[in-house]
Amino acid sequence: MSHEVLEKNIGLMAILIILVISVGGLVEIVPLFFLKETTEPAPGVQKYDALAIEGRDVYVREGCYNCHSQMIRPFRAETERYGHYSVAGESVYDHPFQWGSKRTGPDLARVGGRYSDDWQLAHLYNPRDVVPESNMPAYPWLFDATLDGEDTGAKMRALNLASKATCPKCELYSEEEMTAAKDAVAGKTEAQAIVHYMQGLGLASKQW
Amino acid sequence: MTTFWSGWIIVLTALNIVGCWWLIRWTMKKRAGESSEGDVTGHTWDSDLQEYNNPLPRWWLYLFYITLVFAVVYLVLYPGMGTWKGVLGWSSHGSQYEGEMAAASAKYDPIYKQYAAVAIADLATGDEYQDARDMGKRLYLTYCMQCHGSDAGGSRGFPNLTDDDWQYGGSPEAILASIANGRNGIMPAYAHLDETSTGQLAEFVLSLTDRSTDTAGAEAGKAAFIANGCAGCHGADGKGNQLIGAPNLTDAYWLYGASPSMIVKTIKGGRNGVMPAHKELLGDDKVHILAAYTYSLSKK
Repeated sequence: MSHEVLEKNIGLMAILIILVISVGGLVEIVPLFFLKETTEPAPGVQKYDALAIEGRDVYVREGCYNCHSQMIRPFRAETERYGHYSVAGESVYDHPFQWGSKRTGPDLARVGGRYSDDWQLAHLYNPRDVVPESNMPAYPWLFDATLDGEDTGAKMRALNLASKATCPKCELYSEEEMTAAKDAVAGKTEAQAIVHYMQGLGLASKQW
Repeated sequence: MTTFWSGWIIVLTALNIVGCWWLIRWTMKKRAGESSEGDVTGHTWDSDLQEYNNPLPRWWLYLFYITLVFAVVYLVLYPGMGTWKGVLGWSSHGSQYEGEMAAASAKYDPIYKQYAAVAIADLATGDEYQDARDMGKRLYLTYCMQCHGSDAGGSRGFPNLTDDDWQYGGSPEAILASIANGRNGIMPAYAHLDETSTGQLAEFVLSLTDRSTDTAGAEAGKAAFIANGCAGCHGADGKGNQLIGAPNLTDAYWLYGASPSMIVKTIKGGRNGVMPAHKELLGDDKVHILAAYTYSLSKK
């Protein structure tokens, strides 16, 4: 076989190209699907409850990840401000994860308990009310939008599928939890849901 | 990492490096029937377009070899080959992060610690402690301004730290305790009261600051103030109780607004003012300096 064979046989060339470019993925990505560190929950990390699932969906819908990361890197400058650096086992219940790649605002991986509920709500309604220097947009409509919880049970079922495929030791939602989800969510505003979600972020790390 | 995945990574990585080296040598080999270096290859396109059989530029070829050598050296020094930790023993959270933390701790801890034994009142007022207050200000602007404001003036529901009104006491000890352990102020909701009772209660609260316009209502509200247990926290005279963070209702400071409608809202819906604990996050020495800075704000 020589160059000429490859140049004149596009099918063979395609196969060899795929082989070459997949080496990186095979070495760097595939083993992660099978490592304890990436497929088991870190100590204390729990699945989201019904309201947190809805709050998380609001977080994703509003594109919070465009300005807020949830990934504290192991550098002093980050851990002094945000707390313990993030570990892979904290993201096992996140589908998709919200690590983000840009910080216009601060990292939120450990924002749970950092501010009071009142502050979070006031800040969401209009950030300038509590931080005059803030350039974060206001989200007043979250206070008018009420959740009905119709889909929350189905979302739990979908998350179960994702957990089963990626995280053998993850806790799954039971049938009872899926049935009870609607009542836990119905009538709450989207603002309450997203604050509930954020107040739970990173709590597990407090016991490390 | 299991032995299998460690082996998987080692074998694929090694094969890849060896493969790259083999590929470059193999393509350079002269084959039977190939034109010699510098001659045209014999391929002709578009009837007159030909190519020379020229070797790879040396700079490119040597760069290629250098990347291979770099890869091998890197994989010997640093972790990469499965569970192999590398000759240098480097790791992102181990040697790098913990080394960085230890170095910073050795450098900065003494700076904070030098003020740990100085009384907060002295730190807040002594001319020789201006450095400590500057440090306190920088800490404040990182950890406190989100709620209390960059000018420490607070906002609705978040106390102003520059005045002399304190929910939990303005002594150095009380301020230190608030920062270190946090506070959780709970005003229960009196949503079960009817409109009249709520209105009378609010009227009584207004009368404490001489703003009542309905004397009979305020009188009735005073009875309700006792009967509903309001006096349990705010005191029979409405002067509050700093031990539990119950505000003084007779002064001019109103955390949640002083208007009649805001007072009614507070009675109906209750309030829950939370100051998060910072001891765990910041450590004793920084909390001490922050307490001194906060104390100094109201002493100007």
